[in-house]
Amino acid sequence: MTQGGNGPSGESLTIEQAIANIQGSDLSLRVYAAWWLGRFRVSDPQAVDVLILALADEDDRTDAGGYPLRRNAARALGKLGDRRAVQPLMDSLQCSDFYVREAAAQSLEALGDATCAAVLIQLLKGEIPGTLPAPEQGDLAEPYDAILEALGSLGITDAIPLIKPFLTHSIERVKYAAARALYQLASSAGEAAQYGNILVKALDGDDLQLRRAALADLGAIGYLGAAGAIADTLAENSLKLIALKGVLEKQVQRSATDDDLSEGAVHVMELMDSLL
Amino acid sequence: MTNPNPSAADLIRAVEKANSAQSLVDAVRDLADARIESASSLLIEALGYNNPGAAVAAVDGLVALGDVVVPTLLEQIDGYNYGARAWAVRALASIGHPDALETLLHTLETDFSMSVRRAAARGLGMLRWQLLPETEIEPAQSKALATLLPMTDDSEWIVRYATVVGLQALAIAIPPDHPDWHRKIHDRLSQMQATDESLAVRTRVKQAQAIISQFIQEQSNQTDSSISPDWQSILDKVYRRKASERPLEEGDPRRFKSVVATMSSSTN
Repeated sequence: MTQGGNGPSGESLTIEQAIANIQGSDLSLRVYAAWWLGRFRVSDPQAVDVLILALADEDDRTDAGGYPLRRNAARALGKLGDRRAVQPLMDSLQCSDFYVREAAAQSLEALGDATCAAVLIQLLKGEIPGTLPAPEQGDLAEPYDAILEALGSLGITDAIPLIKPFLTHSIERVKYAAARALYQLASSAGEAAQYGNILVKALDGDDLQLRRAALADLGAIGYLGAAGAIADTLAENSLKLIALKGVLEKQVQRSATDDDLSEGAVHVMELMDSLL
Repeated sequence: MTNPNPSAADLIRAVEKANSAQSLVDAVRDLADARIESASSLLIEALGYNNPGAAVAAVDGLVALGDVVVPTLLEQIDGYNYGARAWAVRALASIGHPDALETLLHTLETDFSMSVRRAAARGLGMLRWQLLPETEIEPAQSKALATLLPMTDDSEWIVRYATVVGLQALAIAIPPDHPDWHRKIHDRLSQMQATDESLAVRTRVKQAQAIISQFIQEQSNQTDSSISPDWQSILDKVYRRKASERPLEEGDPRRFKSVVATMSSSTN
C-alpha cells in the first residue's frame, strides 16, 4: 500500500533526480518531474522549493500562450500539504493561463487555507485583469467550478450571495459546483438538503459525463440524502462506490458515539454491498 | 426454448439493432425482463457493450434466470474486457451457484482489475454451499477462506471492503464445529479494525463483527440479549454445546432452533 518510487510505465526516478530535472534544460523532463513529485507526494522541503520556483517559469509555453510546467507545479503543490505554497499559489490565480488558475484554485482548496478567499472572490467577479479564457472553450472566462468548490470547502460564507447566481449558469458542471459549495456553506441541514437535491436531480440526467460529475460532487460533500439515488443512477459501480464511500465516511466522522454504527451508516453500507 | 415465439425474437432483434445508448439500455432491459433462457448469450454479450445501464439490466436478467445460465456464463467470461468480466463475476456472485467456485477463486487471486476482484470476493462468501455434495462442502469452504484471508491486504480499499463482506457471509455459513476457521476470521477482522488505513473499510469491519456476533448470539440461545462485542468468547460457548452437531442442509435446524427460542422467549 506504500507509494512506490517508480513512474507509471516503469520510469525509475529518485527524489534527487526529480528535483534536479525540474531545474534542468529539458522541458519535457521538467514537466514530468513536476507531475512526479505530486504523484508520489514528495513533501521534501526542497521539492516544495523547486515547485514554487516553477510557478514562475517563463521557458515552457504552448502555442496558445499556456504554461504547462506552471500547471503541473500548481497541481503538485496541492498534494504536498506545505502551507508555504499558499502565497505563490494565490499569485498564480492571477496568471493569464486558464489552466494555471484552475490548478491553483484546486490546490488552494486542498491546502485548506482560507487566506486566499479575497483573491478567489476577485477572480469570481472577473476583477483580475489579464486573465485569458480557456482556449478550447472561449466563453468560459474563469475556472468557475474550481473557484466555487474552493470557496465552499474553505467555508467562505461571505461569498454566498456571489455563488448563488452560478446556480443558473449555462454550463452544468458550474451549476453543480455552485450547488456543492452552497451545500457546504448552508446554515441548516434543511437548507443544505435543498442544494444537495440539485445534485441528486442531476443523477437523473441523460448525459453520462454529467452523472459522473454529480456523483463525484455528492461523494465530496457526503450528502446522506443522496445515498439511494447514487446507488440507482446509471453509471459505473466503481464511481458509485467511491461516492458512497464519501457519504459513509462523512456519517462516521459526524456521529458522536464511537461504538454505534448509525442507521444512516448502516444504510449506506447495505447499498455499497449491493454494488460490489 | 428451441422455438422462441415472435415476441422473443423481436426483443432480441431490438437489442441487436439498438443505435443509441439509451435505446440499448431500454432494449436490454426489456429482454432481461422477459426472462428468455435462450437469450442468455446475448445478455452476456451486453455486459461488454461499455454501457453501464445496459450492463446493470443484463446482470439483473441473468440473475433472474438463475442457475441455468451459470454454465454459459462460466464459458463466455471475457478474458480481454475487464469491464465485461466484472459484470459477469457480479452475475455469478449473485446467482451463488457453487459451480462458480473455481472461477471465483482464480479471479480473486489473479485478476488485475479491482472491479473484478471485488465482485469475486463478495461472491465467494455468498455461494449456496448446500448445493454441493456434503463431502465437498468443507474443502470448498476451506479454499474460499484461504483465498479470502490474504485479500484483506489488497492494495485497493474496495477489494478489502468486499473481502470483509465475503468473510462475513462465510463466517455465518461455516459449520459451528470449525472453531479454528471462525477464529481466523475473527482475528483477521480485529486486525483490520486496528490497522486498515481506510475509514470506510474499518466501518464495514465493525458492521461485520456486529452481524456475526448477533448471528452467533442467536445460535447460542442465550437468554440475555446483551450483545458482547467479543464474539470469540460466545463462540467458544457455542462450540462446547454444539461440538457433536453436524451442519445440515436447507431448512437448517439451527435456524429453526433460533426461531423456537424467539417464540418461547416472547411467550414467557
